[in-house]
Amino acid sequence: MRKMWKKIVLALIILILATGVGFFVFKSESKLNSNFENERAFFKNHSFRLGLDLSGGSHLIYKADVSGVPSGQVSDSMDALRDVIERRINLFGVSEPVVQVQGGGLSSSFILGGENQLIVDLPGITDVEKATEMIGQTPLLEFKIEGEEEFVSTELTGRYLEKATLEFDVNTREPQVSLQFDAEGAKLFAQITKENVGKMVAIYLDGAAISTPVVREEIKDGLAFISGYFTPTEAKTLVGRLNSGALPVPITLISKQTIGATLGENAVAAGVKATVIGFLLVALFLILWYRLPGLVAVVSLCIFIIIMLAIFKLIPVTLTAAGIAGFIISIGIAVDANVLIFERVKEEMRLGKSVKDAVTDGFSRAWFSIRDSNISNVITALILFWFGTSLIKGFALTLGMGVLVSLFSAITVTRIFLSVFNFVGNGRVARFLFSSGLSK
Amino acid sequence: MRDFYLAQGYQNSMFIIKHKKIFLSVSIVLVVLSIISLFVFGLKVGIDFKGGALTEVVYTESRPAQEVLDPTLQSLGLGSVLLQPTGEMGYIVKSRDLNDAEHAVLLRTLSMDGKNVLTETSFNSIGPSVGRELTRKAIIAIVLVSLAIICFIAFAFRKVSKHVSSWRYGFIAIVTLLHDVIIPVGLFVILSQYFGAEVDTLFVVAVLTILGLSVSDTIVIFDRIRENLNHQAEDREKIVFSEVVGKSLEQSFVRSISTSLTVILVLLALFLFGPISTKYFALMLTTGMFFGAYSSLFLASPLLVLVEEWQKK
Repeated sequence: MRKMWKKIVLALIILILATGVGFFVFKSESKLNSNFENERAFFKNHSFRLGLDLSGGSHLIYKADVSGVPSGQVSDSMDALRDVIERRINLFGVSEPVVQVQGGGLSSSFILGGENQLIVDLPGITDVEKATEMIGQTPLLEFKIEGEEEFVSTELTGRYLEKATLEFDVNTREPQVSLQFDAEGAKLFAQITKENVGKMVAIYLDGAAISTPVVREEIKDGLAFISGYFTPTEAKTLVGRLNSGALPVPITLISKQTIGATLGENAVAAGVKATVIGFLLVALFLILWYRLPGLVAVVSLCIFIIIMLAIFKLIPVTLTAAGIAGFIISIGIAVDANVLIFERVKEEMRLGKSVKDAVTDGFSRAWFSIRDSNISNVITALILFWFGTSLIKGFALTLGMGVLVSLFSAITVTRIFLSVFNFVGNGRVARFLFSSGLSK
Repeated sequence: MRDFYLAQGYQNSMFIIKHKKIFLSVSIVLVVLSIISLFVFGLKVGIDFKGGALTEVVYTESRPAQEVLDPTLQSLGLGSVLLQPTGEMGYIVKSRDLNDAEHAVLLRTLSMDGKNVLTETSFNSIGPSVGRELTRKAIIAIVLVSLAIICFIAFAFRKVSKHVSSWRYGFIAIVTLLHDVIIPVGLFVILSQYFGAEVDTLFVVAVLTILGLSVSDTIVIFDRIRENLNHQAEDREKIVFSEVVGKSLEQSFVRSISTSLTVILVLLALFLFGPISTKYFALMLTTGMFFGAYSSLFLASPLLVLVEEWQKK
């Protein structure tokens, strides 16, 4: 009897924990919690993170031209590129932008064909022109020297810029932008000015010459000025953009996607509806077909769903329509293990065992089938996740996690709850409750 | 009571074994039909893989007629532009991939220079290189998943068994797997032909998920057959193979249907009530699950018996 109490306590602890987790899921969701605005930051920070197809926004893919970068430095300059773009986007106040580098490296060049890409997700920005403008306006700063017919590029570019400041000329009161190079840049600048005394050095911005001063003497302190070409506002914008960084490598936009907010909202509503109905159908089937164990399985399925939702919030997992599909399918698969166990329990009962023994043996014997039937799903999910674009990753992640969490919920949780029902004994009622289908 | 149940159960599963040729024929007919339709109609490849642009707009007040818009659209120099009505007030426009300027021109044309107010609900432009890359990725994923599953099958059947040798189980498991994938693909061809479904990333995910979902069912039944063969071999030397298969089928029958049914239930919910973007995906998976269950009960095991019968001859 003491053992029995232990099990009941254990079952209660699981129920309390699950309720706690469920409370967290509820509290941290603005749509469910009417008092959301006044909640603590912890809850507010754990809303579901919705992918672009659900929240609306823009998804942009840029190709980076790294042909001019030494092969050893490709991944460094891609990281630098990401940082620059990130800073530039932050300047515009987009909430939760995601900027990722894809490609580079040996392993992925095998899959990507060596293309280096930058993926930019801008939630809430549904005006694609505005979005690309925001990123695409490349303040590519170059210094060129007089050649035979035209200006020729030098090694000195915006890469060596330490900081740009807005100043006003003491005499003319015109705005000017001062450029301070870093040590290496200063060295290059000194060399250029030394070799070109009396000649013009052109400062190019985005491929156009904006200033062509004549060099009077070697400049050693790495300080240059651009003046006479802007209004104060223009100069200010330029300074802002130069400071947020010139792009280390040129980029081209190769794919863009915008999803309107309404479309996203509809998809969320449909996804939630499908999940609820899917769950109800499975629950109905379990209770009608497997009776008492079925009811217990429904309880563990609820716990499964609560755990999954909490994981989505805590990791956090970016939910997409495909991700929701993966989650819905995992609800169907989650009861697989229970079905395998219950069928085995029935078989054991048919062999003449008591309800209690049948449950114990059923659980231990069903394990191999459970393992086998889950392996292939985990394999698929892993490969999909590894190979995936963000769309596929969302699906693979929710499905894969669903399979793993279901092993816990369907085996451990169900076993603990079922063992609590041992007191129903071995009479006709008990055998009826533990039977299934149409049998009496 | 127990004996009666067993006898009755035996009759059920023996029915499958006895009429295996009918069940096999159903599968063969469906597979052949799927393959034929695949070759006759072909699959329409979406912009995910071949590149291109898809613009979806909804008009606020009134939608201009297709005949009015079409001539202007074709003369924009965007290649051939396909205009499809969607819903009451919207259009989907398919074209080659568009840059910002072309996109702006397209929207202006659709709004007839602002006369018909519209909202752009989604815009997707994919360059050909992205499409090529995704195709490459998809092929690698399909190859990897297939290899991994073949390895899994090989691992599951590594122990040699009597009557039918190990590799035959594996071979039949793969045949069933193909069956489970080809029929949903056939369905997709029909959807592609009549409802404009296009092969996109989700199509590939659906195929791969079917591979993962359907193989497990077959393997669990085969496991049962082997277990029963080993048990019986201890009892007596002479056993009837088809009877063992029948018994194993009976033991797996309800389980197999139940596990498939729960997944089919959620998939149906996803198909009927879920987001539009995953409708075809859900339908393909539903078909895959249904035929996955069918094949592990009515195809895989009868095939095993058939192979054993041929072996004896």
